[in-house]
Amino acid sequence: MLAIYKRELKSYFQSMIGCVFVAFLVAFTGIYFMAYNLNAGYPYFSYTLSGSLIVFLVGIPLITMKSFSEERKNKTDQLLLTAPVGLGRVVLGKYLAMVSVLAVPNIIFCIFPLIIKLQGTAYLKVDYISIGVFFLLGCVYIAIGMFLSSLTESQIIAFITTFGVLLVLYLWDGILSFMPGSAISGVIGLIILLLIVAAYIQQMTGNWVLSGGIGLIGAAALIVTYILKSSLFENILTKVLGNLALANIFTDITSKSIVDVSGIVLYLSVIAVFIFLTVQAIQKRRWS
Amino acid sequence: MIEVKNLVKKYGNHLAIDHLTFKIEKGKIYGFLGPNGAGKSTTMNIMTGYLGATEGEVLINGHDILKEPEEAKKHIGYLPEMPPLYTEMTVQEYLDFAAELKKIPNNKRESSVEEVLKLAKLMDVRERLIRNLSKGYRQRVGLAQAVLGFPDIIILDEPTVGLDPKQIIEIRELIRNLAKKHTVILSSHILAEVREVCDYIMIIAKGKLVASDTPENLEHLMDGSESVEIEAKAAPSKIREILRPVTEISTVKTEEHADGTTTAVIETKQHQDIREKIFFAFAGAGCPLTMLKTNRASLEEIFLELTQGESAVPEITGDVEDMLSEDEKEDETDAGDL
Repeated sequence: MLAIYKRELKSYFQSMIGCVFVAFLVAFTGIYFMAYNLNAGYPYFSYTLSGSLIVFLVGIPLITMKSFSEERKNKTDQLLLTAPVGLGRVVLGKYLAMVSVLAVPNIIFCIFPLIIKLQGTAYLKVDYISIGVFFLLGCVYIAIGMFLSSLTESQIIAFITTFGVLLVLYLWDGILSFMPGSAISGVIGLIILLLIVAAYIQQMTGNWVLSGGIGLIGAAALIVTYILKSSLFENILTKVLGNLALANIFTDITSKSIVDVSGIVLYLSVIAVFIFLTVQAIQKRRWS
Repeated sequence: MIEVKNLVKKYGNHLAIDHLTFKIEKGKIYGFLGPNGAGKSTTMNIMTGYLGATEGEVLINGHDILKEPEEAKKHIGYLPEMPPLYTEMTVQEYLDFAAELKKIPNNKRESSVEEVLKLAKLMDVRERLIRNLSKGYRQRVGLAQAVLGFPDIIILDEPTVGLDPKQIIEIRELIRNLAKKHTVILSSHILAEVREVCDYIMIIAKGKLVASDTPENLEHLMDGSESVEIEAKAAPSKIREILRPVTEISTVKTEEHADGTTTAVIETKQHQDIREKIFFAFAGAGCPLTMLKTNRASLEEIFLELTQGESAVPEITGDVEDMLSEDEKEDETDAGDL
């Protein structure tokens, strides 16, 4: 794992992608920093950081796009998969290398609150927590991007799908306001979500009993609950899908100085889920 | 060493490997021979754990490649069809990375990289980027990677593709040297190469093992179809006249040349050496014989015979002779032009 990690990290900074990513993120944040904190005199660096969130939409796909698709295209995955290293470790090695690339600009950001402090009052606690959560949110996006890269052989497709998914997540709050609130639409929406999950399980495992079972039992349970207590389903779509607005946990900190610990647990779970899915996607390809 | 049992690989509805079973023993060079798309690379990919099999199992030194992958993979060095090279690294960096990946202990890493660099004759390009190397050198870097750490089993998928003749000879020499301590499995569609290098040949066609034996034994498989070729200074009709008294002959094919000589290919009814009789027949007729030789079935012919046979390809070695004799009968009826 260490070998893969070191090689990947080196390759990011040899192939310019890592440098471009760091430069891009730091330059963009620098401009915001100058405008908000230095010119306008606003003492919170966290606010500046929330402006930089949009850079992730392009920056993260840039570093994740080649992670697995390039290996597959150049057939270098044959070296990794025939070496005496577990697949989980291969994925983890690559993931940690990308996280390390992301860590570089975040470490640079740690200087900015100190610059504010030099000029007067600074809110260091909020600023450093927001830098940490900003970094963690980036890690979530990297896990998503890595998973999408493991599905394709083309870096371009990996880039565009990751960009698309991140854009939808970014705009999620706006999209969510169109969701119907009645109980019946809530139960239908949940059944649709359940079917999507069952279809994915079917596609990955090819096991009709398992996926059919999950689909049917889940749907039956939902319908029974709906008949017994329909009020439970009011506005449920907004509640359930609202969790997908991952950036909200970060913006809560930057705009309201509220740290949601369950949100951080959610981040860590999403990271774990996508690392798991990446391993499964690669396993699946070996068997098809 | 390696046991492959009842291996099946399906790509959708296409059957790439069809119940393949064989055993590989220590210290020999094995050759996989087969036309393109016969399933050679797929078999190797499954043996090295890159692909999963639809059915069947592969045991490497007693370790199942799917159940104990890390243990099994430690015994294998693999050079795939396309060398898995990171082109943005230098040769030295790449081999250092491969050594670490293969879990070669820290204190031995440097010396083992050094050793394979010498072995694959890469010393003078060690600091160059792989991107800037020619195909032959890349192949050698791939080979160095496979040999790195000297695993028990070295699997090479078409190791000499893209090399110049001198390099091919060097690589063959290298493979022979490796076989003194290791088991080497290589695949190829070049017959001459396999015959020259390998101790044991496995011919694969359409995902099935159609023959497996030593090169010599494989050539003996076709003993029945030996023929005698002669050249004489006479017209075809004269030659047929002379040969008529030799009763063992079944067919004669003649070809006349512009310089007044004729070549004839003579086939016998049974396995008989009729060279003497032919010689005396021509001597008696006072017709000068300028050439007389027996034609042995070459490995090429066996290969074509085995791999181009229609769907009735037999599964195991024992059936091969039966199939050959059937085909022979067909040939005879086609070729009867006396």
